[in-house]
Amino acid sequence: MTRYLLAGGRVIDPSRNIDEVLDILVEKGTIAKVGKNLSPSNTAKRKTGGDVTVLDLHGMLVVPGLIDMHVHLREPGFEYKETIRSGSEAASAGGFTAVACMPNTSPVNDNRSVTEFIRMKAAACGLVRVYPIAAISRGMEGTSLAEFGDLADAGAVAFSDDGKPVMNGGLMRRALEYAASLDMPVISHCEDVNLSAEGAMNEGFAATELGLPGIPSAAEEVMVARDIILAGFTGTAVHIAHVSTAGSVQMIREAKARGIRVTAETAPHYFTLTDDALREFDTNTRVNPPLRGREDLAAIREGLSDGTIDVIATDHAPHARTDKEVEFEYAASGIAGLETALPLSLKLFGEGVLPLDRLIRVMSTNPAGILRIPGGTLAPGAEADITVIDLNGEWTVEPDSLRSQGKNTPFAGWAMKGKAVMTMVGGEIKLTTP
Amino acid sequence: MKLARKDILGIKELSVEEINLILDTAESFVEISTREIKKVPTLRGKTVVNLFFEASTRTRTSFEIAGKRLSADTINISASTSSVVKGETLLDTARNIEAMSPDVIVIRHRAAGAPHMLARMVKQSIINAGDGAHEHPTQALLDMMTIRMKKGKIAGLKVAIVGDIAHSRVARSNIYGLTKMGARVAVAGPATMLPRQVGEMGVDVYRRLEEAIEGADIIMMLRVQTEREHQNIFPSLREYARYFCLNGKNIKLAREDVLVMHPGPINRGVEIASDIADSTSSVILEQVANGVAVRMAILYLLTGGES
Amino acid sequence: METKRVVMDAEGIDRSLTRIAYEILEKNKGFNGLVLVGIQTGGVFLAKRLQKIISGIEGAELPLGILDITLYRDDLRRNKKKSRLGKTDIPFSLDDKNVVLVDDVLFTGRTIRAAMDALIDFGRPKVIQLAVLIDRGHRELPIRADFVGKNLPSSLWEAVTVNLAEKNGVTEVLIENAGN
Repeated sequence: MTRYLLAGGRVIDPSRNIDEVLDILVEKGTIAKVGKNLSPSNTAKRKTGGDVTVLDLHGMLVVPGLIDMHVHLREPGFEYKETIRSGSEAASAGGFTAVACMPNTSPVNDNRSVTEFIRMKAAACGLVRVYPIAAISRGMEGTSLAEFGDLADAGAVAFSDDGKPVMNGGLMRRALEYAASLDMPVISHCEDVNLSAEGAMNEGFAATELGLPGIPSAAEEVMVARDIILAGFTGTAVHIAHVSTAGSVQMIREAKARGIRVTAETAPHYFTLTDDALREFDTNTRVNPPLRGREDLAAIREGLSDGTIDVIATDHAPHARTDKEVEFEYAASGIAGLETALPLSLKLFGEGVLPLDRLIRVMSTNPAGILRIPGGTLAPGAEADITVIDLNGEWTVEPDSLRSQGKNTPFAGWAMKGKAVMTMVGGEIKLTTP
Repeated sequence: MKLARKDILGIKELSVEEINLILDTAESFVEISTREIKKVPTLRGKTVVNLFFEASTRTRTSFEIAGKRLSADTINISASTSSVVKGETLLDTARNIEAMSPDVIVIRHRAAGAPHMLARMVKQSIINAGDGAHEHPTQALLDMMTIRMKKGKIAGLKVAIVGDIAHSRVARSNIYGLTKMGARVAVAGPATMLPRQVGEMGVDVYRRLEEAIEGADIIMMLRVQTEREHQNIFPSLREYARYFCLNGKNIKLAREDVLVMHPGPINRGVEIASDIADSTSSVILEQVANGVAVRMAILYLLTGGES
Repeated sequence: METKRVVMDAEGIDRSLTRIAYEILEKNKGFNGLVLVGIQTGGVFLAKRLQKIISGIEGAELPLGILDITLYRDDLRRNKKKSRLGKTDIPFSLDDKNVVLVDDVLFTGRTIRAAMDALIDFGRPKVIQLAVLIDRGHRELPIRADFVGKNLPSSLWEAVTVNLAEKNGVTEVLIENAGN
């Protein structure tokens, strides 16, 4: 196996509070050494012998491999939208070394064979680590628990009915308790479907003007409140997916202060766009939960800034053109976000919302911790999952150039600054750009 | 003056000058409908397609008559919503119609924004004949024309719009138009029929009919969609009528020369008591007549006419 | 080079209109069944002047209609000329009437073609006659005037303008080189 010396880059490792120019030596797929001036002549003398490939990373950012804990890879069942291969390519292109994929496939990932299928396909592709998230309920129908133990044995890392909320509070309670006994996280898609009803966008002034049925912030917040109460009551942990409203942020903040084991994620579109983006009826702005108002956007940023929100995840939801080239109210919800997440998040750094070390923490270290998976650190001995970022790399979003099959991005034509120029997974280079 | 736009999608994007141009032109067209031969050759050889994805006799007929009085060939295509959801997409329907080279496409659709999508896809002029709960620009224009002809002005008038504002494209287009033209607009309805942010559209918001119509020059009563009863927007027609029906008693709160309007079709005794609907205050039939003139004006202006 | 020349002054216009008034009465053997229809906008003012002159002769007013031919034009899309939509007001029946169409300048004949189409949509006149102040030639249709104030040979790049006091303050007919 090739040995690499990642030389001269600015290393940020939130797991060890490191932020300085250091060299990293990668050997046998793991991080062998992190330090100053690990010159090739010195390392060449090591007993392990062999040549070292030196990568000059001066001016680059070297961070633990980015982890996206919330993607939809669509396979099996919806290969016309995305496959594990195309999704892996998109993740890699976006700078990720690992993703966790949601179970709303067809068939639903509620049994060992689907979990194993996903892992096998992902391994054959090999560009990123793919961690299956299994369903909470059989068929995601919200009535009876899936076989958590068997799914965990097969390689599932968490449970979620994402895409559909668990409306039954009793089922959610049992899921939290049962998952806790396996030390597995539960991820909740918080939405009261009776409140969101036929809604197509945030209930606010834009919806009032556009005459589109609204999804009130209460639809999310009622369920965030329920899940916080259940987590507190049962003493278990719950992770809130794609937080979009100011009220949710506030409740999570208060719950954390009271010691309830709640973690939360948001997606780049919630801290970048508001419901004003829908005014041209562009179906690429349709997403669930919907793009919210200005106060919500400010609260999401505040929540990221003060640590209330632990994770930036993309909720990468690729769709085929035919799913989006229809009337707004009939369009599928979702944004293909893997390839735009990093520069959109870096804007938060540019705007002073998040320092770089916290940004890497919410995109790598924290999701690794919540899912109890390897990664999120550059500590010697850890798997060599590394992302190299050029903070000044400028590019323009062109949907047709995206690696994902899903071209559904509301950021088409946006000028972006910052991109991943290299990723390494288990000591092997997976992405290089000139 | 010419109308420098390809489509008429909503009142929101029209300027005061454009609204006045359309109303002035429409007033010139009123006379044609009083002739024995109610037809001029202006749009001879032009084709107007009425693409209706939602049932509508009134608006479709009005557009059809408007087109025919200008000698355009008008073709009606009705597509039920269900067949669209299951079968051909709007995109494919549009491309098929485009291939037949019409000059103007009039579209009514239950989904807000459908005309906007069509306008982006085809080169023909698109006229929005109602999209979901979004806009119904020709209705608002005919309402404004009726007000202007009856009152001589729009600016400074108090207009009350009563009913299901949340689900009404007529209300939205009229709120945009009337506030632009300088009227003071009050809306009223039960809270379930008032979007929480409607006040931000520049209107006064009331929960009771009586408060909204006090001193009003114009009262517009919106049609109650009876199917909304099942969505718990209101408990029953009976209860709605008890609090929101315009009748001989509460109308006395308005100005003596108040005009009563309704986009039709009326549920008599629900939105308006029969004696009020048939009274001299009611201009409901003038609205229908002016509808033809407004639609003639829009067809004329969109196909290159000046006024 | 731009040149402007007055080819008819106020008195000349008055004399021509008076002569046309007598000719109209003579040709139609008097007043009965006669109506005037002025074409927007210049023809309307001339028709009103004719109406006044004839009432001075006969002691009674002829019915006067106003016709806007914008909606009957054949060049809506070609947009070569400014065609502003104006008012049409013919408050009497045209059936079996002797209709005298009045316009200021007769040129290609297309305006008169449109006006005749419009008149026929309003009813079935017994005859339609045409009175114009200026006939400048260059017909593109087989149309001729029954009553002409002045024949004015002109070239295609010249413009002929009829100004009337009630329209724009002065009364005169101008011919000018409009350039290319």
